[in-house]
Amino acid sequence: MSETRIEKPRSFQEIILRLQAYWAAKGCAVMQPYDMEVGAGTFHPATTLRSLGSKPWAAAYVQPSRRPTDGRYGENPNRLQHYYQYQVLIKPSPPDLQALYLGSLEAIGIDMELHDIRFVEDDWESPTLGAWGLGWEVWCDGMEVSQFTYFQQVGGHDCHPVSGELTYGLERLAMYVLGIDHVMDMPYNDPQAPIALKYGDVFRQTEQEYSRWNFDVANTEVLLKHFEEAEAECQAILAQEHVDPKTGKRIVMAHPAYDQCIKASHLFNLLDARGVISVTERQAYIGRVRALAKQCADAFVQTEAGGWTPESAA
Amino acid sequence: MPDLLIELFSEEIPARMQARAAEDLKKRMTDALVEAGLTYAGASAFHTPRRLCLTVHGLLAESPMVREERKGPRVDAPEKAIEGFLRGAGLTRDQLEERDEKKGRVFFAVIEKPGRPAAEIVAEELEKIIRNFPWPKSMRWGAGSLRWVRPLHSILCILSDEEGAAIVPLDIDGIKAGDSTEGHRFMAPGRFQVRDFDQYQTELKRRFVVLGATERADAIWQDASNQAFASGLELVEDKGLLAEVAGLVEWPVVLMGEIGAEFLELPPEVLQTSMKEHQKFFSVKNPKTGRIERFVTVANRETKDNGATILAGNQKVLSARLSDAKFFWENDLRIAKQEKMQPWRDQLANVTFHAWLGSQAERIERIAALAAEIAPALGADAELAAEAARIAKADLSSEMVYEFPELQGLMGRYYAEAAGFAPEVAAACEEHYSPLGPTDDVPAAKVSATVALADKLDMLTGFWAIDEKPTGSKDPFALRRAALGVIRILLEHAVDLPLLRVFTSAFVGRTVSVTSTEPLSFEQVQASAAADLLSFFHDRLKVHLRDEGVRHDVIDACLAMPGNDDLVSMVARARALSEVLGTEDGANLVQGFKRANNILTKEEEKDGVSYEFGADPKFAEAQEEVALFNALEAAKPKLDAANKAEDFAAAMATLATLRAPIDAFFEAVQVNTDNEVVRRNRLNLLSTIRSTVLQVADLTRIEA
Repeated sequence: MSETRIEKPRSFQEIILRLQAYWAAKGCAVMQPYDMEVGAGTFHPATTLRSLGSKPWAAAYVQPSRRPTDGRYGENPNRLQHYYQYQVLIKPSPPDLQALYLGSLEAIGIDMELHDIRFVEDDWESPTLGAWGLGWEVWCDGMEVSQFTYFQQVGGHDCHPVSGELTYGLERLAMYVLGIDHVMDMPYNDPQAPIALKYGDVFRQTEQEYSRWNFDVANTEVLLKHFEEAEAECQAILAQEHVDPKTGKRIVMAHPAYDQCIKASHLFNLLDARGVISVTERQAYIGRVRALAKQCADAFVQTEAGGWTPESAA
Repeated sequence: MPDLLIELFSEEIPARMQARAAEDLKKRMTDALVEAGLTYAGASAFHTPRRLCLTVHGLLAESPMVREERKGPRVDAPEKAIEGFLRGAGLTRDQLEERDEKKGRVFFAVIEKPGRPAAEIVAEELEKIIRNFPWPKSMRWGAGSLRWVRPLHSILCILSDEEGAAIVPLDIDGIKAGDSTEGHRFMAPGRFQVRDFDQYQTELKRRFVVLGATERADAIWQDASNQAFASGLELVEDKGLLAEVAGLVEWPVVLMGEIGAEFLELPPEVLQTSMKEHQKFFSVKNPKTGRIERFVTVANRETKDNGATILAGNQKVLSARLSDAKFFWENDLRIAKQEKMQPWRDQLANVTFHAWLGSQAERIERIAALAAEIAPALGADAELAAEAARIAKADLSSEMVYEFPELQGLMGRYYAEAAGFAPEVAAACEEHYSPLGPTDDVPAAKVSATVALADKLDMLTGFWAIDEKPTGSKDPFALRRAALGVIRILLEHAVDLPLLRVFTSAFVGRTVSVTSTEPLSFEQVQASAAADLLSFFHDRLKVHLRDEGVRHDVIDACLAMPGNDDLVSMVARARALSEVLGTEDGANLVQGFKRANNILTKEEEKDGVSYEFGADPKFAEAQEEVALFNALEAAKPKLDAANKAEDFAAAMATLATLRAPIDAFFEAVQVNTDNEVVRRNRLNLLSTIRSTVLQVADLTRIEA
């Protein structure tokens, strides 16, 4: 397909930079990570909330993601409690989204002439976000390199139009492209740089610190209290009148409420890692976070970004 | 006659849905064509990951004209009636014919509906089919509202004959039907024009798409077998995987690779499951050792380096996966060997089986107690059975089973062997889940069968106790399957086990919550749950025996007998009855019995008396009456003995001897005579017939 061979990237960050450049060139707003602890790039309001309502949207960003239960003290070659996802969300999903996606793989040095790319059925569901979609996991030579999803419902709302979502697990993808067996051995910056850093130089210590804290030290009583508080605050925010009494303007506070929902979700993950949530309680907690996510979605579609207009209200 | 070719081209269709979708397309389209009057010579459907295709050949170019005659009112009928007739027929008065009928001159409307061109019909029907396609799950995409399994990109729809191909004009939410399609996504991108099916199929192949799924599957199987054979190895058959893999590729390229030497000591089932579930790899085994040594992966393309990069990549992913599996296996073995699986058993205390039925550990203790109790009935050692029950589910906490739930039981066997448990205990770990379905074998080993029985009985009594029974098509805990499992184990091992007693032991210590309008005591609730569960078993048993050819009324006749909670004896009775009903004596005995019963019931109702006083032979008048007395008298001890020994064949044979005297009696004797004493005595005699027969089976339930 491509006669001009794309040069192989040499580092983790180069892969990220190439994805940024590629999706920027394809017209996405390149956003920055959300400044809160989340379990996946989907939680970023640029995906969760912006996939709702009728307004077109195109965004791409890196999102640091935390999964406390996956911590392995930096020893497992593939598992991390803190890792990066690359996330693309385009609404409405363009007809050539598959081709755009394949272009991004070429951009990071995957030669389509040599590799076997497959779209294998994988329906996506997020019980905590009350969201689901249909799509695939994308395989490159038998390895899952991305999730490809057409959102059908988010926060209990049908998606109209439908967003196309791409999620790349950056470490895994980069390890494959760079031919690295242990994540900690992966060059983070250019191996020829005056101060060459490996992934392990940047993250091995933090993996150890967080693994210890996540599994054994985090104060579960405090976490539980924070969970309750975040839940209460989210509901309190959403209970406010739409019109701000001070400015007299209509200001629906969907995002501040959603921040509390994100917090509750992460606190639940921490509690889960501490092993204090039983199987039966698990479902109940997930249900509570989902209820918050739904209320936030309800609020967002009452905002202008969510497609609300004075006319639609009338 | 033109040929029709349809291709619906989309993003990747899930492999498991393709075959069904192609069939649905074929059935719906051909049904619709025939319905519209378009007959055809033949039709075939095809599927690949990106396309559903239908070819219909020898189609009528247009539907035939339909001529309909309607009889109307007489010509001298009121104006209103004639106007109404014209409106209904859509004609004007001068278009009507007049004909002479018996009743006079009558109007006739001859309505001719002209034929419609095939293209028009196809366009109309295809749109309907696309809009209402029965996908198990469908989706919307972009800003549209059309639903398909994944975004639908193009529709090829042409009618071709000697003159050439014509596009069937069709536009569904902006997707216009055309006469072109694409080849392989990577090996031959770009569109090409299609003239007819033959050229379409040939051109696709030239563009690296094998249209037929069977052809792809055969090619994969052939090539993989050959490659394995060339290395002195053997491909492990897996039809489900073959079909799935054939649904993931348009241009299958088989690549065989090595499994790292460090993984070859893993149990073959672990290798096979890990490779299949995670990577969709086939296993290749060494026929001499039975060990799995290589894998086969199927790529979707050829490459310049003959698949070297693809194979290396797959090998790398496999190594990562198998490293995990090896880590689990070694950790698990350590716990099995050093700690006798105890930590796993302890962990099961923290695993909820069901919110209302306690933890897995509690359930296992119940199973162990029940297994010890029923072991003697199966001829199994009670202590060994209880120990097996305590070990059988320990592997649920192992890392391997957590990763691969489908290996439950099998891993338990490996680990129990490693831990040094008795071979019967290790076998029970694997076998106690059986039988899993009607075709799965009942465990032959006594200990395994005992644990299997106790496991299922605990589950059934548990869910009955909390009133979570299967309803209609809903049976989330597979309780019907569990009950059938119990039935098959009992029958195949010929276990005499009165179920009600077992239910009662199993109910002890449970919260029983059967809904009832009247407040019931705990014992009453328990009894009613047990009775309800027994009738559930009886329903399952009927289904099971019906499949074996035993009539439902025969089963009902035996179920009505006491001791019907002992399924083995109940089935023996049913088989004996079934047998005797096949004989002439048996069939006629039913007639005689029914006659006796009908007369008796009627007279008892009339007189308001139950004639159960016993008949006295001294009032017998006719010779046939005396003979019947004697026959019943003679049968009595034989029946008692046979019933006591549960020798139902002997009991049925004894009953059959009554046929001749009963028939002779009804031939010669009038029951209702004027002599009231004689009449009552005869009714009492009929009552003896009834009670004698009812000792063996309730023949009132046998249908004529």
